[in-house]
Amino acid sequence: MKRWIRTLRTFLGVYYAYMLEYRSEIYLWALAGVFPFILMGVWIRAAESGHFGWEPVRFARYFFAVYLTRQLTVVWVIYEFEETVLKGTLSFYLLQPVPVVLRFLSSHLSERLARLPFMLALTLFFFLLYPRAFWIPDPRHILSFLILVTLAFGLRFLIQYTLSMLAFWTERAASVDEFFFLAYLFLSGMIAPLDVFPEGLRRFLMWTPFPYMLYTPARALMGGTVPWNQVLPVIALWGLFFWGLYRILWTRGLRHYSGMGA
Amino acid sequence: MAVIETRNLTKIYRVARKAPGWLGSLRHFFRREVQDIVAVRDLTFTIEGGEVVGFLGPNGAGKTTTLKMLTGLIHPTSGEVRVAGFSPWKRETAFLRNISLVMGQKQQLIWDLPALDSLRINAVVYGLEETTFRHRVAELSELLEIQHILNQPVRKLSLGERMKAELLAALLHFPRILFLDEPTLGLDVNAQAAIRQFLRAYNERYGATMILTSHYMADISALCERVILIHQGTVWYDGPLSGLLEKFAPYREIRVEFHQPIARENLQRFGEVERVEGRRAHLIVRRKDVTDVVAQMLRNFPVMDLTIQDPPIEEIIRRVFALPGHSPVP
Repeated sequence: MKRWIRTLRTFLGVYYAYMLEYRSEIYLWALAGVFPFILMGVWIRAAESGHFGWEPVRFARYFFAVYLTRQLTVVWVIYEFEETVLKGTLSFYLLQPVPVVLRFLSSHLSERLARLPFMLALTLFFFLLYPRAFWIPDPRHILSFLILVTLAFGLRFLIQYTLSMLAFWTERAASVDEFFFLAYLFLSGMIAPLDVFPEGLRRFLMWTPFPYMLYTPARALMGGTVPWNQVLPVIALWGLFFWGLYRILWTRGLRHYSGMGA
Repeated sequence: MAVIETRNLTKIYRVARKAPGWLGSLRHFFRREVQDIVAVRDLTFTIEGGEVVGFLGPNGAGKTTTLKMLTGLIHPTSGEVRVAGFSPWKRETAFLRNISLVMGQKQQLIWDLPALDSLRINAVVYGLEETTFRHRVAELSELLEIQHILNQPVRKLSLGERMKAELLAALLHFPRILFLDEPTLGLDVNAQAAIRQFLRAYNERYGATMILTSHYMADISALCERVILIHQGTVWYDGPLSGLLEKFAPYREIRVEFHQPIARENLQRFGEVERVEGRRAHLIVRRKDVTDVVAQMLRNFPVMDLTIQDPPIEEIIRRVFALPGHSPVP
């Protein structure tokens, strides 16, 4: 256990230093993540007509919470993994007695730390521009949000890492994730809160992994009730499904791996 | 005691085949054709602990594929392979702690950070205590003479310095078996010599087993007493380097520069004239005749400069396969 803590601390420390080398790029990514604010403008305008049952300020808070969730759960492991397979650098990782995923996970977690100051600055800027939306969430809601964001990141990472395994067979594994991202965009609550979806569709979606990646954490931060007895089993089931799929693809992929360029 | 054993090791790659042009692409899209390429066929050899063995062969001979199977990076299609008592492709922790791979054309160091950061990662990966880590970095960096560059970002290092830092990273956990794939590729003469000297010292000091592939004859002759010549995926020669040279390259290359141009016809009686360019000429002379030929040339021509060297490995190999009646070892 002590060894693992030291390993994790070293990995995070080194990858944090690595991420700081790319801080300007990270800030640009973070800036590119303001898409929810654009949608917020559209929905606030639509809400003024009174057709959606939500006050404009509620939409503002929702999209702000979506923004925060997105910032904390963004994943790009498929691009990194694809590159390591194509360039053959995966060979070095395979020859070390630690799980290969540890490097990718460390780079993601460290990036989050590097992104944090910019994320907070943008939060401040948002409330300066839209002070009516300002609120201080209940500590219980913050705790729920943090738990759900961690689960959302874990699930998103696991799904994308599983899709990354396709890099063993195709040179364009990332394009598969782009297809997945389309579903994520429309079904996770990024375009619109699931509350404005028809009841039947919303119920169906709650059995898919998508709402748990954005909608559920965002609603939790806003103080919405979290149906834990559904959230946890559904996340666990999808997690198990993708874990199993990942193990199969990883084992078969390694048999297929030729150490390209190495 | 044998550290590496292979028996009938075979690797077949399945490769997609596609005709050129848009029609070929279209046909390939609907009916994918694949072809089996035999990279390594029935490879059998044994390497004892502490041996330094050179893998020789032309491009595409199967050297790197063999190295990849020995390190466990790729699965053999058939046959058996044991390295340090393990099946490499299972990549068990105890096996991985025993080996290391250095690739001249690849790097494991993190490009934008000082080499020391990558070394810290390797230290925790191999479970080295902080004091052991510091001790080993000090020892190896002194041997490699790179103490002063470990705090500089890898991208700022010269190719030679980077290769030395790569070696340090690969050897930090003191592997018993070291696989080196073109470790001096692209380095200048001084850097090549430094790497060779270090590898020799490492082998002598720690008794590590080394398997080396290189296109530089100097690497092979400086480090390897034994060579395994691979061609078309099979072993063509396995034995001492001197035996290979005597058997397949019983000649040396003489490069000579004269004060004035000498006609090709005047040089032909000394050996095979490979090239004449102005005042410079390259001759291929039988090993046993070299002393006589040099003496005669010095006597008969206004020689300004003269060097004698082994022909490049590629040249030896080319001649090996050009000789009639040569086939793999039984």
